[in-house]
Amino acid sequence: MKINIAALNRFEKSPKILRSIKKFLGPTGFGLLVALILELIIFASLSPYFFSSTNFSNIGRAMVIIGIGSIGATIVIISGGFDLSVGSVMAASGMLAAFVINQGQSNLVGVVLALMLGCIIGLLNGFVIGYLRINPLIATLAMLSIVRGLAYIISGGDAVVVSNSSFLAIGTDSLFGVPLTVWIFVTLFLSVGFLMPRTHFGRYVYAIGSNSRAARLAGIFVNRWTLVFYAFSGTTAALAGYVTVARTGQAEPSANIGAELDMITAVILGGASLSGGKGRLVGTFLAIVVLAILANGLILIGVPSYWQLPVKGCVLMGAIIWGELHNSSRDKS
Amino acid sequence: MTEHPILRTANLSKSFGSVSVLSSIDFHVDPNESLGLIGDNGAGKSTLMKILAGVYAPSGGEIFFNGAPVTFKNPQDARAAGIEIIYQDLALCNDLDVASNIFLGRESTKNIGIARLLDRHGMMQEARAALAELGADIAPDQLVGSMSGGERQLISVARALQFSPKLLLMDEPTAALSNTKIHLLLDLVKNLKKKGISVVFISHRFTDLIAVCDRIVAMREGKISAEIKPADTKPSDLMSIMQTALSGEEIL
Repeated sequence: MKINIAALNRFEKSPKILRSIKKFLGPTGFGLLVALILELIIFASLSPYFFSSTNFSNIGRAMVIIGIGSIGATIVIISGGFDLSVGSVMAASGMLAAFVINQGQSNLVGVVLALMLGCIIGLLNGFVIGYLRINPLIATLAMLSIVRGLAYIISGGDAVVVSNSSFLAIGTDSLFGVPLTVWIFVTLFLSVGFLMPRTHFGRYVYAIGSNSRAARLAGIFVNRWTLVFYAFSGTTAALAGYVTVARTGQAEPSANIGAELDMITAVILGGASLSGGKGRLVGTFLAIVVLAILANGLILIGVPSYWQLPVKGCVLMGAIIWGELHNSSRDKS
Repeated sequence: MTEHPILRTANLSKSFGSVSVLSSIDFHVDPNESLGLIGDNGAGKSTLMKILAGVYAPSGGEIFFNGAPVTFKNPQDARAAGIEIIYQDLALCNDLDVASNIFLGRESTKNIGIARLLDRHGMMQEARAALAELGADIAPDQLVGSMSGGERQLISVARALQFSPKLLLMDEPTAALSNTKIHLLLDLVKNLKKKGISVVFISHRFTDLIAVCDRIVAMREGKISAEIKPADTKPSDLMSIMQTALSGEEIL
């Protein structure tokens, strides 16, 4: 309690601009912003290579794949759901794009088919969860296996090497010194983030996650919206899978294993609650950046790569405990 | 009665699987009437309300609203016809702000270029006005999760009244309220009558029912068991009506 009062005092004294940033980001987002600044200071002072445009491009390229997929993951988790199938969807969609483009189709046909595959898998998830009332963890766990198998079946188990230059350019080109994939990621984040508070879609994500019964009694077609949320998650996962292939130059059936866990880590670190109704896209965004800089910085200062996973786990655990303490102190007041 | 009832059910029934919850319900609400509905737990009061609100489809029978037969496929249909309901647990979303709850499922939109976006400012203003009209000092941009029981009750009333209903169904609206708040709510029901809104009021508090209702209907085991004029009834009579299978005519 003492800490909270001290924090409140600091809040009152802080300048106006800081207060409006705090208000916009919320407590979790502001904590992440502080963590981000600390990371920048620490890694810049420990590594001479950290503060360079090359390194920032690397960080950007590394974070966009999980980043794009985490947009859909944020929506699904705020709506009170869960999607474990996204890693598999990424692999299968990337594989499909690589396969059809190698068959002589254009890059555009490749990306559209990939997104359609992700959307269809998401619709199936949404149907099983919304209409058949299967627990989302179990439904999407089953879908994880099914779709991973699909990725192997499309390629016959082999990696598909991509030679189409306009496809590869998506992963390697830059615009105004910023990688193209980062532009895609940021544009997508900003547009979804702008539309969330201004559309039925955004409002019903929170309403259904907060109290799906109340939403249904208010005349919201909860099942239909569940379809939409999972289809959205599948589509962003498919785009992430397409970007993975564009970046690495080949589609592996075993690609992106565990990507769903990285996304869920970012969403939870960004302040969303697994019980639904709470969370912000801007929180997920900051969490993605914080995690990407952490991974990059640890390599640069020579921390062995085996240490990365436990560090990531500790960050998540710390964030959840901090969030719980914050929530329980708020509920008491 | 020269006027048509605003709402009438004919031989309405409802079963869940093989369990019959309502049978041969002939029930009506007159224009500008406050109707009390009493009955033991499990008598079918809430099920009847949910059918009238479009939550459940009846298994048999008909519903007439303003004299015309109606079929409500979902709560949207009932709301569009002019029937609003306040649930016992209020059915609010804690993680949404007050204005979003008041407009939940019926958000106003405005066209910006080719896009149809939510009119957040407009809804906030209307919510503020609606709350002020109820005499509620509640900021429309606050989260409902941070509100007290009485405030939540007022928010659900504001939501029910926002789209000018003709009939308001209230399922134990006083259950979560303190005694002083109950009086405010009863006054509100009397005011609704003045505005020409019919009310169906489920309660176990017989003194409240006698104070606000023009007529009281008792249900027992899925049937209408009695109809009472409160003017010549004591609370103790209501209790015995509710607890016995006797019809109103036999008691009075």
